[in-house]
Amino acid sequence: MTAVPVLRLTGITKTFGTTIANDAISIDLAPGEVLALLGENGAGKTTLMSILFGHYTPDAGTVEVDGVQLPPGKPRAAIRAGVGMVHQHFSLADNLTVLENVMTGTESLWQLKSSTGAARAKLLSIAERFGLKVDPDARVGDLSVGEQQRVEILKALYNDARILILDEPTAVLTNIEAETLFATLRVMAQSGLSLIFISHKLNEVMAAADRVVVLRGGKVVAERLTGATSKAELAELMVGRRVARPVREAAVPGPVLLQASNLDVGRRLSSINFEVRAGETLGIIGVSGNGQTTLGHLVSGLVQHSAGELQLFGEAMDRTSVRAMIEAGIGRVPEDRNAEGVIGDMAIWENAVLERLWQFSRNGLVDRGAARAFAGEIIDGFDVRGGAPDSRTRLLSGGNMQKLILGRNLQNRPRILVAAQPTRGLDEGAIAAVHTRILDARRAGTGVLLISEDLDEVISLADRIQAIVKGRLSPPVPAEQADARLLGLMMAGDWPQDGKIAHAH
Amino acid sequence: MRIERRAHRPLALVLLAPLIAIVAALAISGVLIAIAGAPVLEAFRLIVTGAFGTRLGFTETLTRATPLMLTGLAAAVAFRARVWNIGAEGQFYLGAIAVAAVCATVFSGWPPYLLIPAALMVGAIAGMIMLLVPLGMRLRFGIDEVVTSLLLNFVVVLFVSMMIEGPLKDPLAFGWPQSIPVGPDAMLPKLIDRTRLHIGLLIAVAIAVLVYFLQARSVFGMQSRAVGLNPTAAVFAGVPLAKTLIKVACLSGGLAGLAGAIEVMGVKGYVTTDLSPGYGYSGIIVAMLANLHPLGVIVAALFTATMFVGADSMGRALGIPSYIADVTVALSLLTMLVSIFFTQYRIRR
Repeated sequence: MTAVPVLRLTGITKTFGTTIANDAISIDLAPGEVLALLGENGAGKTTLMSILFGHYTPDAGTVEVDGVQLPPGKPRAAIRAGVGMVHQHFSLADNLTVLENVMTGTESLWQLKSSTGAARAKLLSIAERFGLKVDPDARVGDLSVGEQQRVEILKALYNDARILILDEPTAVLTNIEAETLFATLRVMAQSGLSLIFISHKLNEVMAAADRVVVLRGGKVVAERLTGATSKAELAELMVGRRVARPVREAAVPGPVLLQASNLDVGRRLSSINFEVRAGETLGIIGVSGNGQTTLGHLVSGLVQHSAGELQLFGEAMDRTSVRAMIEAGIGRVPEDRNAEGVIGDMAIWENAVLERLWQFSRNGLVDRGAARAFAGEIIDGFDVRGGAPDSRTRLLSGGNMQKLILGRNLQNRPRILVAAQPTRGLDEGAIAAVHTRILDARRAGTGVLLISEDLDEVISLADRIQAIVKGRLSPPVPAEQADARLLGLMMAGDWPQDGKIAHAH
Repeated sequence: MRIERRAHRPLALVLLAPLIAIVAALAISGVLIAIAGAPVLEAFRLIVTGAFGTRLGFTETLTRATPLMLTGLAAAVAFRARVWNIGAEGQFYLGAIAVAAVCATVFSGWPPYLLIPAALMVGAIAGMIMLLVPLGMRLRFGIDEVVTSLLLNFVVVLFVSMMIEGPLKDPLAFGWPQSIPVGPDAMLPKLIDRTRLHIGLLIAVAIAVLVYFLQARSVFGMQSRAVGLNPTAAVFAGVPLAKTLIKVACLSGGLAGLAGAIEVMGVKGYVTTDLSPGYGYSGIIVAMLANLHPLGVIVAALFTATMFVGADSMGRALGIPSYIADVTVALSLLTMLVSIFFTQYRIRR
């Protein structure tokens, strides 16, 4: 780094209880630089940024902006020094306009008249300068997620941020939106802003950053220029060992197990068609909030279809129930582990058998011996670490919780596995484990319905892929033809109505 | 200084929490006793001897503990499944008046071994209905049962008042507003002669054990706990939400109704509007002190009854208002809530 650093973190240390979240971390940021902070969940990325932004007070270490030390634990001081933060979960008011959102917090509460005119001019000039097109009078609630993120960025820039921190900025975006975002980041860097973005995705780090700082276990383990490293090297640095996601071999599709024909669920799914075959994975790709939850619930037996037909093993199902689906041999992995998958305050064995209590009870009494044994089998067979059958499920890490959920479904060799967002929020090691299990099940003849927002995941696991957009499903494309570009188009709703997807090359 | 969630809840702490809460409540009441001008330690000694020192005091404490155990169980069972039944008082009274209505009329002439179980059943069913109304409104219209079950208490008490002034009025009571008596055949056998203590105590203890077994071992117990802890996950696991809540409401309302029936058939023999000195509300405190554990309810009910009976005699002896019992019991709820909080969280600097 030739230039004087615009931001310098020196020896930042922060402990929570006995865990060291940040261990003597030092980072410099040059003007006009895009720095990626790469690390798995729990590596300490978010803690570090919260310290930088003044949400947490560090136990030791200093934050300097332009050589001036910031007082610890004072977000206002950070904002005044020109640090802006774009959170993963937006802090916008849906019922206010873009302009009102941007102005919020910038004017004194006691000021009688707000100077909307000046604010509008400033907002438009910033938007112009960085190519961030928005309508200042649009209601934020009416905007797409990508546009809302643009508003978040504008809000930071409006506060004269010169250092912008983006926390997992692409988590909620489609591929195309993400590409647009990276282009914007480039423009911003060229005009002299310095950027830090937090990520655990290797692709986007390689694509967007100049330099990468890899965090692991609260420590800086490596610093690389993106020009001088590779995805493989970064992955190994991030995880600390070689982790290879399993590779899908060619499928041997069997008979159709599950088929939907022109099926509606209220207005949330309209006229969808899909089929799941034995020994094959159907991937449903889409940006969150396009009907995936309803689709998952439909095949999990939680909601009923209102029109069309749902066939299970060739027989039409008029009314479904959770129990009927489980008894028919459908394994169900819900999209939200903590909300739907497990009950944190119950024991592991209770969570293992709750959805199939009828198999583990007699005369209305729970057969605890058999239930504990079943939980033990799952713990051993699926490598669930950090708990015994009697420990509270809350104590498991996300990855181990997911292994428990997969285990209780796969232990009895289901004929169909519905996996909704199976690796959301998991780290690289756990992702590899989950993928291996899904591929194993498929090899054993299970038909897999994979609903995911993660493009890489769908491309690596699915044999056929359909996109879900606003409650509609695209026709399937074979995995061999699917690349990020074609899927990006499909996720944006761009598919011909005659049922054939034009080859996009 | 921050407050942090504990990963584990140490068992010793969970068991210690109610004790600490009670000691703290007694300490605060001690200040009030001192302000009233009485010697504090002497007052506490008198409370204990009043409640346990004499045969009469001892049996009276157990008699008072009986309805508290049942209403405490009613609250504990409901709260476990996050059914906020604040209406045990109304369920108690409806159970009581139902028993008074049937014993001397529909069931008249039945032999005691048929009459008593049948009458208890009627009381329990009346209590069930009284809780199914607010629960039904929650399931159907999303109306918060905290409000409805609480407000229905006043409706029921007025209804009872109407019945004992009207259709069920005892013509031989010299104009006092009381119901027709249930009759000697419907009275529960005494445990000890020439005291008020009746076999209702044994019924309550047996039911507490039964409820414990049901919660710990049965499918219903596991499902109702799942519904209380995380309804979304319970529904995903196929637990029938409405059905489970209805079962919980039947059990909870039934227990409170049974408490009313037993109080009529065990102690008074007829219904008045002062049959319950707030047993339904005190049951909530009993359940909280017991940390919603059915066996803990037995102990917590004994503590609460001790305070009521002991403070009565202490108040007479020292000339201070026996309201100190209400204050202590109410304070113990507050201190218990604080204790429960600290079993789940810790303070860290």
